[in-house]
Amino acid sequence: MQAPTEHRWSPYADNGGTCMGVAGEDFVVVAADTRLSQGYSIHTRDCSKVTQLTDKCVIASCGMKADAITLHKHLKARMVMYEHQHRKQPSVTAIAQMLATTLYYKRFFPYYTFNVLCGIDDEGKGAVYHYDAIGSFERVPYTTSGSGSSLVMSVLDAQIAKGNQTIDTPALDKRGIVELCKDVLSSVGERDIHTGDYGEIFLIDAAGVSPTRFDLKLD
Amino acid sequence: MAPGQYSMDAKQHTMSPVVTGATVIGMKYKDGVILAADTLASYGNEARYKDVCRLKKIGDHTLLGAGGEISDFQYLGDLLDEMADEDWLHEDGCSMGPKEYSSYIGRVMYNRRSKFNPLYNQFIVVGKKQDQAPHLMYVDHQGTAFEEDFVATGFGMHLGIPLLRNNWKPDMSLDEAKALATKCLEVCFYRDCKAYCKIQIGVCAGAGVEIGPPTPINHFWGHTAWTENRLEDGDSTGTW
Repeated sequence: MQAPTEHRWSPYADNGGTCMGVAGEDFVVVAADTRLSQGYSIHTRDCSKVTQLTDKCVIASCGMKADAITLHKHLKARMVMYEHQHRKQPSVTAIAQMLATTLYYKRFFPYYTFNVLCGIDDEGKGAVYHYDAIGSFERVPYTTSGSGSSLVMSVLDAQIAKGNQTIDTPALDKRGIVELCKDVLSSVGERDIHTGDYGEIFLIDAAGVSPTRFDLKLD
Repeated sequence: MAPGQYSMDAKQHTMSPVVTGATVIGMKYKDGVILAADTLASYGNEARYKDVCRLKKIGDHTLLGAGGEISDFQYLGDLLDEMADEDWLHEDGCSMGPKEYSSYIGRVMYNRRSKFNPLYNQFIVVGKKQDQAPHLMYVDHQGTAFEEDFVATGFGMHLGIPLLRNNWKPDMSLDEAKALATKCLEVCFYRDCKAYCKIQIGVCAGAGVEIGPPTPINHFWGHTAWTENRLEDGDSTGTW
């Protein structure tokens, strides 16, 4: 007789975390926390969700870490293959389409990852793409993914899109957006147990990708 | 089913562990990295095999520690031994280190989970190659992988990590690191019914890998809170 199974094995895990991307006229800001958790346990406080793919393109992935590692490894290999074939780095738009195909290729055993792809497009404009786990995607002015995304989105709607704002305020500049991203991520850390520890900001502009870090609460 | 007969059911994979190991503690210290585990392999809740080494040397500079299914650990150990042999046969003057092995183990674990036929383990892979920086990585049955300064598997994740968070320092001496790892396993022994009072510690300090002998740990059960009568009738002894 087989012993009763208390727990059915699942190939999927939710490792939490929050990421966001905001496009400016000629720049883009990507922010994400570095906590890696599973259930009520924190695996590590310092594990980046963001991978740089080209000189002007990064990807941030929330959801399952093992799938994100695999996806990022795969994408980096495809970047090298593209460069060998075409003697130039792929554009953000090309990567965006490739990521969608890559995700949909696994439609019936999906990567459990929620991606935000950010970069500077061929016209020099800031580009942000939002994806679901199976490859539906859309170019958007700003977006967020992960366990705290519902808390982030409403703030970005108000502060970036100025939705339902009755008082006219000037659009945020580069520094303003970076500071907004920091504040939003800090606030999410107060309410979402899967978000916290450290924040990473990747500012992409004509000068390239410049990463910075800041502290979030460790509780 | 009788021997020689085949099942009509769809192919079944191992989805729950049978003979298991519990906590492994891994931490970096001043000159390298250590790994500690008790020597028990449980069969369900039975303490079945009490002298099993759950640490394994891989290649020249890497040490693998396993929680979870012991047979899967032994399978992966054999696989890695074959790899290490092949690496040696190349005679190319370079050998795989902890970074290469931990990355490889991560891919094996992810591939097996993607085939719905997982290796039911939580591994800690540590190592140090000569004067390079020490390496410590956690890999589990779903392919989750990350690097850290100190990690624990199984119950150690709940009982050992708080001690490590409070007491771990990057410049600890080997003796201090060993004492801390032993303390973690002692606490696990008090509260985890699948932990044991005999432990082994493996050390990687750059030159090579050394797995220490099985050593009994000190444990004390005479606390008054555990012995005084708490029930009115006075017949019973322990409280918890």
